[in-house]
Amino acid sequence: MRSSVEPGEADGREHDRRSDAHEHRPTAPDAPAFVSLLAERVADDADAGEPLDPGCAFDLRLDQVVEAIVRGHEESDYLRTLLYRPVAELDAIRYRQEVFSDLEDERLLAGAAKFAEQMREVREHLSAIEKMHHPLQRQGWFLDAAAIYCHALRSLAETLDAAPVRSRAMTAFRAFLSGYLASEQFTTLEADTSARKQRLGQIVYDVRIRGSHVDVSRYDDEPDYSVEVEALFERFAQGEVRDYRRGYRGEPGFNHVTAQILELVARLFPEPFAELAAYCEVHRQFLDETVRRFERELDFYLSYLAFAAPLRSTGLRLCLPEVSDSKQVNAVDTFDLALANKLVGEGKPVVVNDFHLSGPERIIVVSGPNQGGKTTFARTFGQLHHLAALGCPVPGSSASLFLCDRIYTHFEREEDLGDLRGKLESDLVRIDQLLRVATARSIVILNEIFTSTTIDDARFLGEKVMAKLIELDLLGVFVTFIDELASAGEQVVSMLSKVVPEDPAQRTFKVQRAPADGLAYALAVAAKHNVTYERLQARLTRGSTR
Amino acid sequence: MKAHLLSPTRDLDFSAELETVVPNHEALIADLELTTLLATMAAGDRFLYDVCTRVLLTSVTDPDEITYRQRVLTDCVQQAEIVGELYQLAVDTLADKRKLWGYGYHSQFPGSILSGAVTQLEALVVRLKQLRAFAHEHSDRFGSDGFQTLFATIQSELDDEYLQTVEAHLKKLRFANGHLLSAQLGRDLSGVRYVLRYGDLKPRWRELLSVGARDHYSFTIPQRDEAGAQALGELSDRGINLVANAAARSADHITSYFQMLRAELAFYLGCVNLRTRLLQRDTPVSLPVPTAARPLRLACTDLRDPALALRTDGDVVGNDVDADDTPLVIITGANSGGKSTFLRSVGCAQLMMQCGMFVAAERYEASVADGLFTHFLRDEDETMERGRLDEELTRMSYFADQLRPDSTILFNESFAATNEREGSEIARQIVRALLEADVRVLFVTHLYDFASSFTADGDGGPERPSGVLFLRAERGEGGRRPYKLVAAEPLPTSFGVDVYERRLGGSFAGPLLNRSRD
Repeated sequence: MRSSVEPGEADGREHDRRSDAHEHRPTAPDAPAFVSLLAERVADDADAGEPLDPGCAFDLRLDQVVEAIVRGHEESDYLRTLLYRPVAELDAIRYRQEVFSDLEDERLLAGAAKFAEQMREVREHLSAIEKMHHPLQRQGWFLDAAAIYCHALRSLAETLDAAPVRSRAMTAFRAFLSGYLASEQFTTLEADTSARKQRLGQIVYDVRIRGSHVDVSRYDDEPDYSVEVEALFERFAQGEVRDYRRGYRGEPGFNHVTAQILELVARLFPEPFAELAAYCEVHRQFLDETVRRFERELDFYLSYLAFAAPLRSTGLRLCLPEVSDSKQVNAVDTFDLALANKLVGEGKPVVVNDFHLSGPERIIVVSGPNQGGKTTFARTFGQLHHLAALGCPVPGSSASLFLCDRIYTHFEREEDLGDLRGKLESDLVRIDQLLRVATARSIVILNEIFTSTTIDDARFLGEKVMAKLIELDLLGVFVTFIDELASAGEQVVSMLSKVVPEDPAQRTFKVQRAPADGLAYALAVAAKHNVTYERLQARLTRGSTR
Repeated sequence: MKAHLLSPTRDLDFSAELETVVPNHEALIADLELTTLLATMAAGDRFLYDVCTRVLLTSVTDPDEITYRQRVLTDCVQQAEIVGELYQLAVDTLADKRKLWGYGYHSQFPGSILSGAVTQLEALVVRLKQLRAFAHEHSDRFGSDGFQTLFATIQSELDDEYLQTVEAHLKKLRFANGHLLSAQLGRDLSGVRYVLRYGDLKPRWRELLSVGARDHYSFTIPQRDEAGAQALGELSDRGINLVANAAARSADHITSYFQMLRAELAFYLGCVNLRTRLLQRDTPVSLPVPTAARPLRLACTDLRDPALALRTDGDVVGNDVDADDTPLVIITGANSGGKSTFLRSVGCAQLMMQCGMFVAAERYEASVADGLFTHFLRDEDETMERGRLDEELTRMSYFADQLRPDSTILFNESFAATNEREGSEIARQIVRALLEADVRVLFVTHLYDFASSFTADGDGGPERPSGVLFLRAERGEGGRRPYKLVAAEPLPTSFGVDVYERRLGGSFAGPLLNRSRD
């Protein structure tokens, strides 16, 4: 297994020179060779569980979360596949959690993001060269791509050395990288690149333009006239005025005039240009396959963390959950990731909720007024378990979650409302199918089912479903308007969406086990606006001198 | 080079959004009825209106800076005509700019920007010469530091030698001999960092003699090659990009000097306008005495609400108050008894003082406030009671983010949108917290429960503040209001009855009377 992903063997023709270098690469005796950032043993995801059902992803709004994560990312299909596919083993989850845990270090995260950015630039450069015609231009871009590549790897190695790296994946990659950077192939590339850049960077030339006549010569220390003109009027400078500089997009680039100028510059300075041509020939292939794989897999972590960053900056917490085979799950300060992403984008606050199941408790029945956050709560429960099974951080300041085999959802679908009888039937059929395949390791989330029939029918059917859920001993959330279901047994926990008693129209989106207590109306309103004595006292800063 | 008529050290930032400088400016204008005041200052001139609004609302907290402005204002009152001429010079200069608008100044191309800017600068140099002549002629008639510095700066910065150098450069900037640029190699090896150089364009002697290594190659774009000519033009433009920017920015800087001069003078012209009108209406006008934020001071004689004085023909009654060392002033008493008028007159006087203006009073001496806030009952919001309390508390919470030690806040009938007990409790809690945070509070209220808790035998909470002044609107003889406040503790009833009687003349007395007594 390990040998099949040893860098350099995948493509013999391109990597001949580098394979030689790898043979002499020093490797720490205990450290396993780097295979993948995503899984310890195999490079691809053969061990992974079944992908999440698309209907379930829709119900839980995980489709929105996934799309928000992959948006703007180069390999969005690859990321999407990873984000829908939970890993079935606890150790595999931990393997990824370790990487996320390493990336909690701000410098490492910033360094990794910078690295990904630079590698993207390298690839963009190399593909741009394909479309270029002038040999001098191609050579210039190639040199630049190599310079970025060398720099990117050096700073990544520095970051990895300085950071408290503990994960198996990062530790292995760090060992690989230090070997690669010490190889003759890389050190030669780096030295050559820097020498070429330096020589060419020193060239300064003059262009004289008078009508249609152009004259190219070496620069002769003529003074900067703009500086002189600025100094002349300096005494009037006050405040900010408009910037009249024309915002040229990029540089003039290549056209037949600048190409002619460049050819004349190359004649004025023949040596550095000859060296550049030779350099391009020698280093034609410089990109390492293992580095490339690392970068691709790194994006799984970076894209997820980049998605979470704006949420975190508003004070919301995400944490690495403790994932286990215990059904005593809990989460503190958790929230619906899809809704939070939307609200934070609109600058609105996000309400967080807690839940916990202990002892025989398995099923949370959520009832209470509409628009109170019941559905959001149910989604949160499902999202948490899917995200945890990816090895990702989950919404909340702490969480213990269950490693489930599968998540099943049944949500009221608006488009079905036309035919009520048909809807009840299809509800029953879907629930029946669901209860047939669900196991004691499944998670079931039911949201407002049986709304299309009478209350008596709904209660009857609801109790049947509940009995089956209890019998299966699975974990679940059941959002319902049927109060009686909340007291179906010791396995069932009742939670209510909470309202402000004085202002029932107001939505709190808070879902709690205990009902709220009443406050005197006026002071409750004052408290809502944070202008009671205690709150104001905390908000106003007292004069320090008195 | 700065005008500095509003401050010896800094410029008033006219470009910043008023919203960010004074977030509560709309409330101040509405609650203190400042539009009457500002319209009088502006005398129909939109520009004066805007400038006066900004300067009036952007309070200064340094007493020295306030007196600096007071002295400039005194010069303006005494030399109104000459100040008017100086203002006109600034206005004319800015009109030149508009006339020259079409000279490519607003083009995207550096070549056009440069030639437009040079044209502008040529016109500005003419005006600068006029400004210097003006300073030379009139400077000895002005005694304030502000004007003295202004004229001295003009004479020293715009000397003959400097103006000659400028004119010489303006000729050079026409670039009759083409452009010389230096450049370096970019990442694709095409030229980058084009810098305009100043140097001769003569061929070098070595080449003329054809000796030594070639350090010079050239080519010529064929006549038919339009794309080539365009590419070359772009290179020239890139080269002069910075110098065009420098010239255009310089033109803007000189223009903004005249703009600043115009704006600062506009404020003083507005003050002169207001002063004339107030005096016409027999309203006392005096320069106030500003003191540091602590100890707290507020003492006045015959303090008027200037807006009321300008609006009404009848006699306006002024108030005499001594509220030194009192962080809390509670004003209670009769309806239409002049409580709101008094509150507005204090608010106006404080703003007028802190912008360097005179006040509408015989005497006004007060410590500066670091931020003035008004929390007035809003008439326009006739929604349900519950919604109104909500709105009031929202506003209060908004202020809580802006209030700082030494701020002053004026409450007018606040938190009365619920029952007296609850309203009083809210008001009490808020006022206690404000006083502890060193915010000065003036509170007009009907809430007897609230007001009386700050009296000697009341319970204003665990920390009853020292230094509370109670003012009361008195019921005059026969129901006629004198609009004069006296220092007196609150009484448990209001005087709605006689306001009602005066307005409705006693008809329908039965049911309405009973209700207003409730």
